[in-house]
Amino acid sequence: MDGARAIEKLAIDVRDLVKDFRRVNIKGGFTSLKSVLLNPLAAHRHEGPRLLHVLKGLDFQAAQGEMVGLIGRNGSGKSTLLKIMAGIYKATSGQVKISGRLSALIELGAGFHPEFSGRENIFLYGIILGLSKEDIRARFDAIVDFAELADYIDSPVRTYSSGMYVRLGFSVAVNTDPEILLIDEVMAVGDAGFKRKCEAKITEFKKAGKTIVLVSHDLDEVERFCDRVVWLGQGVIQADGPPGEVIRTYRDFIASQDGAAPAQVGSDRWGEGPIRLSGLEVVDRDGQPRSTFRPGEPLAVRIAYSQDQDQPGPGRDLAFGVALTKADGTLVFGTNTHLDGLTIEALPGSGKVELNLERLDLANGLYYLDAAIHTRDGKPFDYWTKASSFTVRSDLEQDGVYYPPHTWTLP
Amino acid sequence: MSSLVSHISDLVRHRSLIGHLVGKELKVRYRGSVLGFLWTFLNPLMLLGVYALVFSVYMRIQMENYAAFMFSGLLPWIWVHSSLVYGTNAITEGESLVTKVIFPLQVMPTVKVAAALVNYLLGLPILAAFIWLQGIPPSFNLLWLPFVLAAAWLFVWGLALLLSTLNVFLRDTQYIIANLLTLWFFLTPILYPLSQVPERYRWLIKLNPLTLMMGAFQNLFFRRQGPNWPELGLLALVGLAVAGVGMAVFDRYKESFAEMV
Repeated sequence: MDGARAIEKLAIDVRDLVKDFRRVNIKGGFTSLKSVLLNPLAAHRHEGPRLLHVLKGLDFQAAQGEMVGLIGRNGSGKSTLLKIMAGIYKATSGQVKISGRLSALIELGAGFHPEFSGRENIFLYGIILGLSKEDIRARFDAIVDFAELADYIDSPVRTYSSGMYVRLGFSVAVNTDPEILLIDEVMAVGDAGFKRKCEAKITEFKKAGKTIVLVSHDLDEVERFCDRVVWLGQGVIQADGPPGEVIRTYRDFIASQDGAAPAQVGSDRWGEGPIRLSGLEVVDRDGQPRSTFRPGEPLAVRIAYSQDQDQPGPGRDLAFGVALTKADGTLVFGTNTHLDGLTIEALPGSGKVELNLERLDLANGLYYLDAAIHTRDGKPFDYWTKASSFTVRSDLEQDGVYYPPHTWTLP
Repeated sequence: MSSLVSHISDLVRHRSLIGHLVGKELKVRYRGSVLGFLWTFLNPLMLLGVYALVFSVYMRIQMENYAAFMFSGLLPWIWVHSSLVYGTNAITEGESLVTKVIFPLQVMPTVKVAAALVNYLLGLPILAAFIWLQGIPPSFNLLWLPFVLAAAWLFVWGLALLLSTLNVFLRDTQYIIANLLTLWFFLTPILYPLSQVPERYRWLIKLNPLTLMMGAFQNLFFRRQGPNWPELGLLALVGLAVAGVGMAVFDRYKESFAEMV
């Protein structure tokens, strides 16, 4: 993979990029006349410590036709890197080489004027983004169709809902026909239907061999679309490689960070009693721990527990439960031994309980597992939220959550 | 020098963008008002009415066809004034374009100056008709107007580039300039002819490039004369120098605009 990339032509080649910002504070952030007059040397004296090192010498390459995801926590420099590649910010030092016509979707509709109609704004924004009037005229209908705004196109955009505003912005922007596309979080807005359209458009761009850099906090989305993922943290690249691998490392890092914060533990795990969860594993058909599965594969959840011998045991009033959720909290599947009609008679002091799923009929995406030990009426001894996670991945594009085996019959 | 050439060729390359933004600028100013675009013509007329009332009724200035004299200088002053006021804010108010879109920044102050110029040009028929009504018919010397405008443009545009840059780093500029412009207005022979200024201060008034500029407009419209070429030449030279400095300063600092606005 790495060798192949070196041979391919690079669309983006960033080397040893450093970016410092001057720290701006409310008072005296912008130079005011008073501060210049009263203390002409002050600004220079404090130059050193007032610098904020956002990017500390990083290399970033994207081959032509490659789609690269850029992930990292807030303030890690993702947007700064994007703006430097777009030419909006200037690098403090380092090289930035862009080969091809570039378009950046950083904030949609940033050039819109509220008093103007959608029609006027399409022309204005299109010209700002570098289209000619003829180009826009030729694409006008497609732009309006894509934005689903045919009925409102002659109303001033100040009367638009925020969703309509964003749709129009995206629609014009993707119609500029760039060779390199930088996208900063813009797909997070809009309703599900429009999001799907955006994603379809991105897929279309990929097929057309365009180079795309996507900044997103939606790791599912990044994993689904990108050929490669770069994790940016503390101004340098922390990891760079295949999406599944980098995202897993990133998730582990986030989990370890969050786990260290005491406030998070309580909310992630609660309950008390004589029996505790001591581990959770997701294993494949061979009993090997794994975190990526294909739709239709079997999977088992292995829950380890241990009992406190000094306390009276829970007796038969006991159930093991597992819940499967999406990142947004949607419950995909949940069950427990009591619901499934099992009664737990005698339990060894410690051991493992296994839930076997014969087929994983789930669509592509990231899934979280909650595990719990509780009384039959639901009082938790130990409830552990998002105790583990796994990813479902296939070569096909899929929507939704459920992906049963299916066939089509054509006439 | 090569950077000045690229600055100008950039503007030429983006002329359709400039044209569109100028159109937006003109359209948006009065959008939502009942009279709409008519205000473009009503505003200078009303200003003329105010000054005509004050200076030819209350504080009589001894001059034949005073209103015609005043109007021929007042209209270009309005151009200079709005160019500099709006030009100063061009970068700071266009934050979303500066930080969110890949955009040729020198277009922004240029659009403000150009939009104000279009406003002036739209006012010309009113000016001509008004002066004619006062008994001064238009002359063929008006054909020199493009030369006067070109020299004046260099000066005003260069200054707008300079001020828009300064205002990014020093927000006080916009307030300072608003006050300085009032002073400049009264120091320039617009409401009064140069001949009214006491002899010993006249050299001082002549140091003011706007005296040259307004004199050139008054020559064409009021005195029905051709340009005073040495004076116009001087104005063009000053304009070139200001425009050169303006472009150089703007280009030197434009890369940090996105971080400062």
